[in-house]
Amino acid sequence: MTLAADRISLGQRLADVSLALEPGTITAICGPNGAGKSSLLEALAGLLEVDRGTVALDGADLRDMPARDRAQRVGYLPQAHEIAWDVPVRSLVELGRMPHGDRRAGPVDAALEALDIADLAERRAQSLSGGETARVLLARVLAGEPRWILADEPLAALDIAHQLALLRHLRRAADRGVGVVLVLHDLAHAMNHADRVVVLDRGTLAADGACEDALDQRVVECVWKVPVRWIGEPNHRALVSG
Amino acid sequence: MNRATAVFAGLLVIALPLSLLAGRVWLDPAATPNAALILAELRLPRALLAIVVGAGLGASGAAMQGYLRNPLADPGLFGIAPGAALGAVAALWFGYATAPWLLPAFALLGAAGAMALLAAIAGRTGGIALFTLAGLMVASLAGALTALAISMAPNAFAMSEIVLWLNGALTDRSWREVSLVTPLVAGGVLLLWRAGRALDALTLGEAVARSLGVNTGRLLWLLIAGVGLTVGASVAVAGIIGFVGLIVPHLVRPLTDRRPSQVIVPSALAGALLVLVADSAVRVLPLVTELRLGIALSLLGAPFFLWLLLRMRRGLA
Repeated sequence: MTLAADRISLGQRLADVSLALEPGTITAICGPNGAGKSSLLEALAGLLEVDRGTVALDGADLRDMPARDRAQRVGYLPQAHEIAWDVPVRSLVELGRMPHGDRRAGPVDAALEALDIADLAERRAQSLSGGETARVLLARVLAGEPRWILADEPLAALDIAHQLALLRHLRRAADRGVGVVLVLHDLAHAMNHADRVVVLDRGTLAADGACEDALDQRVVECVWKVPVRWIGEPNHRALVSG
Repeated sequence: MNRATAVFAGLLVIALPLSLLAGRVWLDPAATPNAALILAELRLPRALLAIVVGAGLGASGAAMQGYLRNPLADPGLFGIAPGAALGAVAALWFGYATAPWLLPAFALLGAAGAMALLAAIAGRTGGIALFTLAGLMVASLAGALTALAISMAPNAFAMSEIVLWLNGALTDRSWREVSLVTPLVAGGVLLLWRAGRALDALTLGEAVARSLGVNTGRLLWLLIAGVGLTVGASVAVAGIIGFVGLIVPHLVRPLTDRRPSQVIVPSALAGALLVLVADSAVRVLPLVTELRLGIALSLLGAPFFLWLLLRMRRGLA
């Protein structure tokens, strides 16, 4: 039930990265701009052909897996909130069922309920606020009932209330046994909400482990090159400069 | 069947008999001499050809807009129509057009050449940006070669034939053209219709579509083949008829939920309706010579395009 990268390399972006992710947990991928976070996430989602190494889901190489099988297991949420046509919310969420070849109302309604957007189902995509759009797009992933949710900066462009709400939804998914992998810029969110943090620096693994260790003050100073310190209690940390 | 399909199918059923009667001389089946002959040999094949050509152009416009996620996309932009036109122009240039099958055959060859070039450049990666650029390149190459053919025409007659043909028309067409173009357009529309669900997924971008299991390379092949068959066959029998693929999806979209898959079939029907009505209108207009259909649709299409741009600008403002 693991999603594992074995010594993957990709041009200048990733160099010899290995990690094995466990279902039922939230893993945060952190790192400075250009560290290769999004590339790692896309490689884990099977969307990026790596130069060397393999990505395996339950021991099976993703490259050898039919696209539809992979799509049923791995849900991917990109950073861009791109919606090209002004379609109804429900049909957007129904796209999540595409890998299963159905439009079953059950999982679609459950996803809409889970994100408290059942009342938006008949609305048009372009009438939604940024926070509503983010929840609709996550609902699209949930509707596919994937065993893995891979999301690139799902909290970007959201206010703090929507950020915390989205993190709660992702925690609920992890509690149901889904493996959640998030690219996060906000180190405090990673520290307080993830079970495990992977720190990338210039395409290599700089740290990997429990939040308090992987985001240790010295790691942050070394990777991000800024003097910082953590304040507060575990799970309620804040990062301050100096 | 969605609402748009029902609406445009209904309008088409009303427009077809009217179109059969319309012309410089309005046909009265009871009174006009040889009415049955005129209907069977002139008006009916021409009307059916208008329907088939319009359906192909409408469906390919809807599919291209869906694929490029751009409401301003027109299938003519992507090299296949100019490629087909170049083939036809070559037939006229060499004087082969006297044999009835040769001109459409050359046009289809031209379309196939453009498709092959597009597939060779963009087919391997399946990327949308590369496809667009490759299409523009093929279109401008075919356009330049067509201009070269006109400027080096062997005689004034060939030059006027070429220019006239490029303007697009359904005048003097027969059952032969109908039987040539119908299976090709039907096959093309079927391929485009099959691409519908993948185009829906593309609404959320290429990466999401791939994560949902869409094979973007296969989708590109479907589109090149679908647009190639519909547009190539249309140009082969009617010359260049622009703007239909651009305009029609905009008429259809408000009647649908705007998913690309829901726009393709009604766009085929609306395209059929538009070309049928426009071709009837050019027959009825009291001009010395019949206005060419391609020119008429461009005269109609350009202001529509402007209106679309202004509306988009208002939307952005």
